[in-house]
Amino acid sequence: MLKFPIYLDYSATTPVDPRVAEKMIPYLTELFGNPASRSHAFGWTAEKAVEEAREDVAALVGADPKEIIWTSGATESNNLAIKGAAHFYSGKGKHIITLKTEHKAVLDTVRELERQGFEATYLDVQENGLVDLEALKAAIRPDTVVISVMFVNNEVGVVQPIAEIGELCREKGIIFHVDAAQATGKVDIDLSKLKVDLMSFSAHKTYGPKGIGALYVRRKPRVRLEAQMHGGGHERGLRSGTLATHQIVGMGEAFRLARVEMAEENQRVRELRDRLLAGLSTIEETFVNGDMEHRVPHNLNISFAYVEGESLIMAIKDIAVSSGSACTSASLEPSYVLRALGRNDELAHSSIRFTIGRFTTVEEIDFTIELLQRKIGKLRELSPLWDMFKEGVDLDSVQWAAH
Amino acid sequence: MAYSEKVLDHYENPRNVGAFKKEDDGVGTGMVGAPACGDVMKLQIKVGKDGIIEDAKFKTYGCGSAIASSSLVTEWVKGKTLDQALEIKNTAIAEELALPPVKIHCSILAEDAIKAAVEDYKKKHNS
Repeated sequence: MLKFPIYLDYSATTPVDPRVAEKMIPYLTELFGNPASRSHAFGWTAEKAVEEAREDVAALVGADPKEIIWTSGATESNNLAIKGAAHFYSGKGKHIITLKTEHKAVLDTVRELERQGFEATYLDVQENGLVDLEALKAAIRPDTVVISVMFVNNEVGVVQPIAEIGELCREKGIIFHVDAAQATGKVDIDLSKLKVDLMSFSAHKTYGPKGIGALYVRRKPRVRLEAQMHGGGHERGLRSGTLATHQIVGMGEAFRLARVEMAEENQRVRELRDRLLAGLSTIEETFVNGDMEHRVPHNLNISFAYVEGESLIMAIKDIAVSSGSACTSASLEPSYVLRALGRNDELAHSSIRFTIGRFTTVEEIDFTIELLQRKIGKLRELSPLWDMFKEGVDLDSVQWAAH
Repeated sequence: MAYSEKVLDHYENPRNVGAFKKEDDGVGTGMVGAPACGDVMKLQIKVGKDGIIEDAKFKTYGCGSAIASSSLVTEWVKGKTLDQALEIKNTAIAEELALPPVKIHCSILAEDAIKAAVEDYKKKHNS
């Protein structure tokens, strides 16, 4: 039996795995101690749980537990990493490089640093969504102090060449930050090999709870940060605030499960994604956004030409997906990520991001394929642009009466 | 976005979808909007010898409100003279469909589509 709406938006957030929730609950009730309480067993128990979780998070990404700092999520981790490093190393230079396709938590942080007197370069990506390493090299200046590149893009799911960028940064003595919110449990991450200095993590994209994340801060060679949150000196002074034991336990368990199960899970999810792609490819004039080879297994981002994005979302309300269109607001601004990939506004508007996950079934995928085939057909019946396309009119040559 | 029931009804069951032959003497065609703006409406009217709009058809690329606005005006123009059709105002369309403020432009576009279709018909018959 299918339950509606069908959730295909796992890159927005994931449900907490029931095994994770179960492990969290005692830390809300009987094991409620403050991990910073050194004088009694309540505190010791909580501290032990926090340190075990730290080990689980570190183990998924090949780090030392001492290199993991708890935060409230990837947004805070990105802020702490980029602002913290930029401020600490500002004596060396004030130039930052990032990509136009980064998450807003990185872009807006860099914008804020610009306001504070830093300079920033926002690099274009190639049509497949990947950074051009030569362009990155060319953008590096003697005063470049921080480069921030995401591991996996949240909209199109492409995997950036983190290892190569790491080599480049290390050689030039530049701090390299990676937003890995979308990468954990999807791609192998080994920080004992990757030359990454700072890496941001989130729990809720990997079947853990919302409101908890972590920042990896490399110890060898040591990376220094200026704290952004001041208080009781928790997390070695880098991030003050009483630790949210139950959230931390949840993140630890979620990351432990990811480590144990990811190989098998990614295989299953990839098969579902490929089944979805094959089914949707039977629809004429569809275009996949982003590289299919360097891509996480659970993401499919696809544009359907000659149908408008919002009416498409209305037509497929039986499935929960993300749209490249933000035209429910007055601004009518399409996805900046798809525009950075060179997609025109129409194709950016009519794009859908499907992200598949742990609880997606074959039946749900088959229903989705049939739904899209039917609804795209119906909307194209309604579309004057589809008629014109079928008559062989080049839509770019038409003089539109813009309003 | 929360749509009114009337918008949803027109969206789910659009009235008078289709096309007439553009070249036919009694047909006026109006196409307004632009793909980059997210709406293109094509409205066609078929005018009888007595100057009354006998039939209307539309096709729309656009959001639910745009589809509903154009579907609604195909119903409204039928049985009207050209001058009466030109009196249909966007405010009436917006009111009938209870469009939210961010969707008022859809009703304006529908009004423009009527004007463009009437103008096309008149051009055919004046020359």
